[in-house]
Amino acid sequence: MTVASSIIEVNNLVSHYGDRQILKNVDFSVEQGEIRVIMGGSGSGKSTLLNHLLALLSPTSGTINVDNIDITSANRKTLTALRQKMGVAFQGGALFSSMTVGENIKLPLKHHTKLDDNTIDIMARLKLELMNLSGFEDLMPSELSGGMLKRAGLARAVIMDPKILFFDEPSAGLDPVTSVELDELILKLRDAMNMTIVVVTHELESAFKIADKITVLFDGEVAITGTVDEIKNSTDVRIQNLINRRPREENVDAEKYMQRLTTGRN
Amino acid sequence: MLKKFYSLIESVGNFAVKRVESAGRLGFFLSQIIARLWMFRFPLNETIKQIHFIGARTLPLILLSGLFTGMVVALQFYDTLVRFGSVELLGAAVAMSLIRELGPVMAALMVIARVGSATCAEIGIMRNEQQFDALDCMAIDSYHYIMLPRLVAALISVPLLTALFDVFGIGGGYIVGVLSQGISDGAYLTGMSDAIVWHDVFMGLVKSLAFGGVIIWISMAKGFYLHIEQKQVGAEGVSQATTQAVVLSAILMLFVDYFVSSIML
Repeated sequence: MTVASSIIEVNNLVSHYGDRQILKNVDFSVEQGEIRVIMGGSGSGKSTLLNHLLALLSPTSGTINVDNIDITSANRKTLTALRQKMGVAFQGGALFSSMTVGENIKLPLKHHTKLDDNTIDIMARLKLELMNLSGFEDLMPSELSGGMLKRAGLARAVIMDPKILFFDEPSAGLDPVTSVELDELILKLRDAMNMTIVVVTHELESAFKIADKITVLFDGEVAITGTVDEIKNSTDVRIQNLINRRPREENVDAEKYMQRLTTGRN
Repeated sequence: MLKKFYSLIESVGNFAVKRVESAGRLGFFLSQIIARLWMFRFPLNETIKQIHFIGARTLPLILLSGLFTGMVVALQFYDTLVRFGSVELLGAAVAMSLIRELGPVMAALMVIARVGSATCAEIGIMRNEQQFDALDCMAIDSYHYIMLPRLVAALISVPLLTALFDVFGIGGGYIVGVLSQGISDGAYLTGMSDAIVWHDVFMGLVKSLAFGGVIIWISMAKGFYLHIEQKQVGAEGVSQATTQAVVLSAILMLFVDYFVSSIML
């Protein structure tokens, strides 16, 4: 019997913004080569969770092990080495507006490798080709459409052939066709490069298409982690509401409602 | 009544705490950039790009404002000196006031207007668009890659811009004094070379170096900490941060001006 190896392990993660608790004892693990989708409605804490996975935020308590390194306590040197094995595609691309698309994509290679310029150029063109962006390397980011920006961001994220790829909201703000193209691209990347991919999204169709497993967050807690079928067959009302796009039911206290209307206070 | 008094004390306390926090952040920010001088290989290419932006592209503004400043100063001095029959001192008066005081201050104000505001807005937008997060995730140090080249470029460019401001100011004074008011060019130039000593030039250099550092430091820090210091983070936040950067760097620049003058005079 083989035991699947976890490349990401989140244990009892608690996070606050000021006095407000965002994540409440979040626990989950991601296996090597898996596509994990983190889903949830607005304000469920999925973006905060992603920022913790990227070591951009420090948690109140809990641990996050990425490739056997606890990133909540790792020093700068360890984190720098780990980050070279991670790629991140941000929601809006986060390309540097003062550089061309090509310069943006080459940036990690120029910083972390001693490859000569010709090799770097070829590697950048390869990734641009993979993202259907060949011929766009001399354009500025402001000259690209939303979908192209995301693909250029993805090209930069995978330029170092990372072990783990994080993708924030791949489908947000895109038309259905471009969205499907990006989903295909994510699957192609996993198959071609055996990457572990963590995708944060609230797009159901996209999540069901690409995910090996889905972790659903509600109010900062993990409601369920499971395969697409397990999620679809879940008996949890909140999950069914999310899948079937039903609005949350709220019990309105008439007295409190009147108080809010008349005084403006809760 | 007592409740209002407590509320007032609380507001004053909150205000003071925020100012101290902000000052601490500014100090931390500068120390982080300076530390990068020794921690990594010097980013020469980025620094050259920034010298082009801060120095070369500000040059037309500096030359034009230097010329008109020199002309106005010469006109004002001429009007005063002519009453005492000492117009031959015009060259000395124009050069001394420009080299010791007006040149560094006016050039710095021009740099604040063009470079300080643009730098703060650019860095603020980078913060808004998650570009600093992207740098962190790519294991590229923001202080080293973004901030250090700008600081070094400002320290190189602002003294050079100030020197050119002085030269064009003296030229402007020559146009008014010699060509317009008819003072002999010998009196204008000899008076100037007799009155100016190396200490004056050195004082101007020290001031322009300090001003360049202060302007870029404040402008970068205000953009970098946009997400912490501003109530809004969108376009409104960038606008507020830029205004604060311009005002604070101008005030701090004048404070440094007084401080350096009081030590060196």
